This record gives sequence, structure tokens and C-alpha cells, in this order.
Amino acid sequence: MKIAIASGKGGTGKTFVATNLFYVAVQDGRHVTLADCDAEEPNVSGFLKGKTIRKKTVSQNLAVIDPEKCVYCGKCRDWCIYNAIICLEEQRKIYVLDDLCHDCGACLVACQAGAISEKERRLGTVTTSVMGSNTVLTEARADVGVYSSVPVIKAALAEAGDPSLLLLDAPPGISCPFIATVAPADFVVLVTEPTPFGLNDLALSVETLEQLEKPFGVVVNRDGLGDNNVYAWLEEKNIPLLMRIPFDKEIARTYSQSRLLAAEDASYKKKFLHLLQKIETLCEK
Amino acid sequence: MRKVNQISVLSGKGGTGKTSLVAAFATLAHNPVIADCDVDAANLYLVLHPDNYKEGAFVSGHKAVINYNTCTHCGLCMTYCRFDAIERKIQKDFPKGKITIDYLNCDGCRLCSRVCPEQAITMVPEDNSRWFVGNYRNGKMVHARLSPGEENSGKLVSKVRELARETAEEAATDLILIDGPPGTGCSAIASLTGADKVLVVTEPTGSGLHDLVRIMELVEKFQVKRYVVINKYDLNDQLAEEIQEWCNKEQIPVLGMIPFDPQIVHAMVQCKSITEWAPDAPASPLIKEIFERLVNEE
Repeated sequence: MKIAIASGKGGTGKTFVATNLFYVAVQDGRHVTLADCDAEEPNVSGFLKGKTIRKKTVSQNLAVIDPEKCVYCGKCRDWCIYNAIICLEEQRKIYVLDDLCHDCGACLVACQAGAISEKERRLGTVTTSVMGSNTVLTEARADVGVYSSVPVIKAALAEAGDPSLLLLDAPPGISCPFIATVAPADFVVLVTEPTPFGLNDLALSVETLEQLEKPFGVVVNRDGLGDNNVYAWLEEKNIPLLMRIPFDKEIARTYSQSRLLAAEDASYKKKFLHLLQKIETLCEK
Repeated sequence: MRKVNQISVLSGKGGTGKTSLVAAFATLAHNPVIADCDVDAANLYLVLHPDNYKEGAFVSGHKAVINYNTCTHCGLCMTYCRFDAIERKIQKDFPKGKITIDYLNCDGCRLCSRVCPEQAITMVPEDNSRWFVGNYRNGKMVHARLSPGEENSGKLVSKVRELARETAEEAATDLILIDGPPGTGCSAIASLTGADKVLVVTEPTGSGLHDLVRIMELVEKFQVKRYVVINKYDLNDQLAEEIQEWCNKEQIPVLGMIPFDPQIVHAMVQCKSITEWAPDAPASPLIKEIFERLVNEE
């Protein structure tokens, strides 16, 4: 089973929920992998340390144009939907803007002069570590300055494979990196906070997941800090409320020190295990 | 073109308080243009209530659509697609398989449509995303809504930035304040290119520091003046100190430290900025001072 932990708004507690769920699943004797798919800001490794067994470089193909062979017809530029090629026919100059190239291969098909080849361009890394015999951490980490982390996320998902339980720590937002992460998930846990910003972004995430036809439920973090509008909204929309985590400065402190709440507080260990079981029950439906 | 001071507020990690801080700046500044560049999760309009006197559609991309009246299911498109977005599905009426598009993977590159010998694939624009320009109580605001499931948030950010520059020109203002997205990808990059100053809002957590280092590495590539604010610093004084030391070492000025203050959340619930809602709250004078330093430091 694949469970993604996501949120529209950043900083609502995705990694907090994902790492604690992982901890209780391990304690419960499950075969579990946690894949950190927030490739722009991967934070799981701050909380959980394993022994690194593999580190793969993720790269894409990048178009390279040979000015000797190029006839400056401009067809590759016209075919490049990403505006990654600039061709000045009269000056007989042609450039590839590396950052804009999406590795679609259209320019290679367009070119009749055989002037375009490809080279590899590094985008990031996927690191696999083990914590025990059946416990794996996979981390997607995009290089700083890379425009799209999607290929790195996809490589991490491929590396994580299909263990009996796969937890995916998703990136914030509702665009491509989020969609790439939730695409393989059987269930999505949306973490929100009871504030107008939290609710506004939750509604966007819900709209996106409904379009993707993914089952989901909601965890409200920092309960008591803002207002109660999210609860009425969830009820009205008939969305399962999976768990409420109260606002507590001690919890914030535990998180700030990169410690796991469920490892230190038996009542939370129970609550997170309960959350995992609840998700599994919802998935079976 | 007049000289406009463009200040971008970023964080790397989400939820550190970017939008609450920009909301306060927006209600302290005189006649600024505010650009909400967190188009995935735009929240600033909830506090600033702009009247949106101008609105437009944004084409985020195109999706391939197969015309099954002409498609022969030859599968040539599938061999060209590098995004694994075309599949052959065995179905009752299609013993050899029906060619279908997987929209989760389609990047909109158009190659399938170009190579199809039957011209059975057309590209349909995705134009449900919107941008807005409006007046709010202190100035003007540009924001956008990325339609769920649509892509290219970086390009939409660039559109918001372009509209903000036009609006600044019309309103004869010299300050554009940019509320940026979390992360270090395309929309963060689009939020900081061409900015004069970048303020990074961080928090004293292990993740906050890790993400601060990454976002600063990104900002450095653009040779923009860098500043830091440590929000909720009293959640972990020791780590707050570590962050300060790191900034000193990197020669990045720390413009201020703001304590954790539930009043900031109360202000948000009232759809007001903290400096409007509770001018006497401990955070308010600190934010005022940070804003003045940010605008005036050369």
C-alpha cells in the first residue's frame, strides 16, 4: 500500500506526520519504506538516519546543437514548446537554454540536418539507506538551481519500488512535483492547520485530488491555534477527519530539535498507530 | 522606466511566516505594489482583499487529445513519447490495444501530435488559471490562481511579476514586494530573478536551517542582496543562535528576530495584518523596524 502525506500550504506538518507514521509502522514490525519526495527541500534525513547503501545520480538529456552541421532553418526552435532554443537565422547563430529544456526529444526529430545530439545533465540524487532488515529510507534531492524536481521524484519512486507499505512525504503546493508524488498513491493524507490560510490551501489540494480521483483524508495539526472553520468545512464536504494534533509548544520544540514525538511520548505512539490503522481501513473500502 | 525597488520574500521551508510578514509590510508601506508569487497556494488576498479590477486567463500548457475517428492505433506516438504518457490498453473492442493518453504524465510537448501520420492528435490549451490586479487599502496587488492539476507555475509567477512591473509603472510607485513560494524550484527561481533584495524568513528548527542553507545557495547564484529574519526564534533559542552564527559567517545581515506570538494567527483569523490587528503586540514594532531596515539598507 502506498500512502502519500501532502498539503497545499507549506509548513503544516507533512514531514512531522510522515516521520512519526514511519516510526510507529517500524515499531509495529511492518516492512516499510519512507520516500522523501520533497526534492526541493528534503528534511526527512534530519529526523531519521540510516546506513546509506546506494546513491544514484539523476540526469536528463539536454539538446546540443553542432553549429557546423546546423543549417539555421529554425525548425527545432519552432518545435520546442518550452522556448529552449533561440535561432537567429540571419546571423547564423543558435543557442540552447539549458534550464528550459524538458528532455522531450522534439528538436531531434525536427532537425533534418543531423545537427542535434544530446548530453547528460545532472538534476539531483536519489539516496537509499536502511535502518533495519525491512526498513528503508529513500530520498529525492534536487540540485539547487534545477527548475523541475519531477524527474528526481520519479527516479525516487522507481527506486522505492513496491514494498508492502510505502510512505511518501510529498512536496507542498498543487503543481507538477505534488502530482508526480501522489500519482502512484492509494491514499493521500492531507495535513492542514486550522487557519484561513490552511483552509484555503486545503480546498485547493482537495480539488486537485478529486480531479485525480484519489481517496484522501485530513489531519488537522496545531488544533486550537486558529479558528474552527476547517471542521465545519470537512463535515460539509463529507471528508474524513483522521486525526487532530493539538497546538503544543512542547511538540513544536521536539520538532525543532529534529526529534520524533512518537518515540518519546507513548500516547502519541498509540495515536499515530491508530492513524495508520484508520488509513488502512479506509483503503480497504 | 522609473527605478523600482523589487524586494522578494522567500523561505525555502514552508510555513515559516512569509505571508504574515508580507501582509504586515503591505499595510505598513505607502503605495506599494504587492505580488503574490506563491501561485500554488496564494493566501495574501485573504488579508489584503483586493478589488480585482483586472483579470485575465493564463494558458499553463497544452494536453494531447486523441481523435478516435481517425486514430489507427498504430502506436507510433507511443514510441516517441519520452514521458511515458501514452499507453496501449487492451480492451474488449480493441484486441490489439487502444492508444490512450495518461494525463498525469503528459508534459504537453506536442511531439506525438507532430509525428502522428493520421494527424489524429490535437493539442488543447489548459486555460483555467487566472491572474488578477486590484487595489487594496494601501496600494495595488497582483495575484494569481493556478488551476488545480495545471502546470507551469514558474511561468505563471513570471506573468505575475510582469504585471507587477506594469502596475508599478502606471501607479508611479517605486516599491514592489514579492511574496514567494516555498522550495527552490522554478517558481522560487522566477520569484527572485530581477529582484534587488531577497529576504529569507526562517525558523529555528532543524528543517528550517537545512532549507535556509539551500535557498541561500540559490539566491547567491543570482547575485541579489540577501537578508534574514528569524521568526518564532524562542521555540529553540539555541538553534536561533546557530542560525545567527551561520548568517554572520556568510555575511548575511539578520534584520530581526520575532518571538512566537499567537496574535499573528489571531490577526490572520480576522483577515488583518498583525500590525493592523495588534499594533501593541510584541511582534508589531519588531516587524516595523525590520521593514524599515529592509527598504532603506543599501
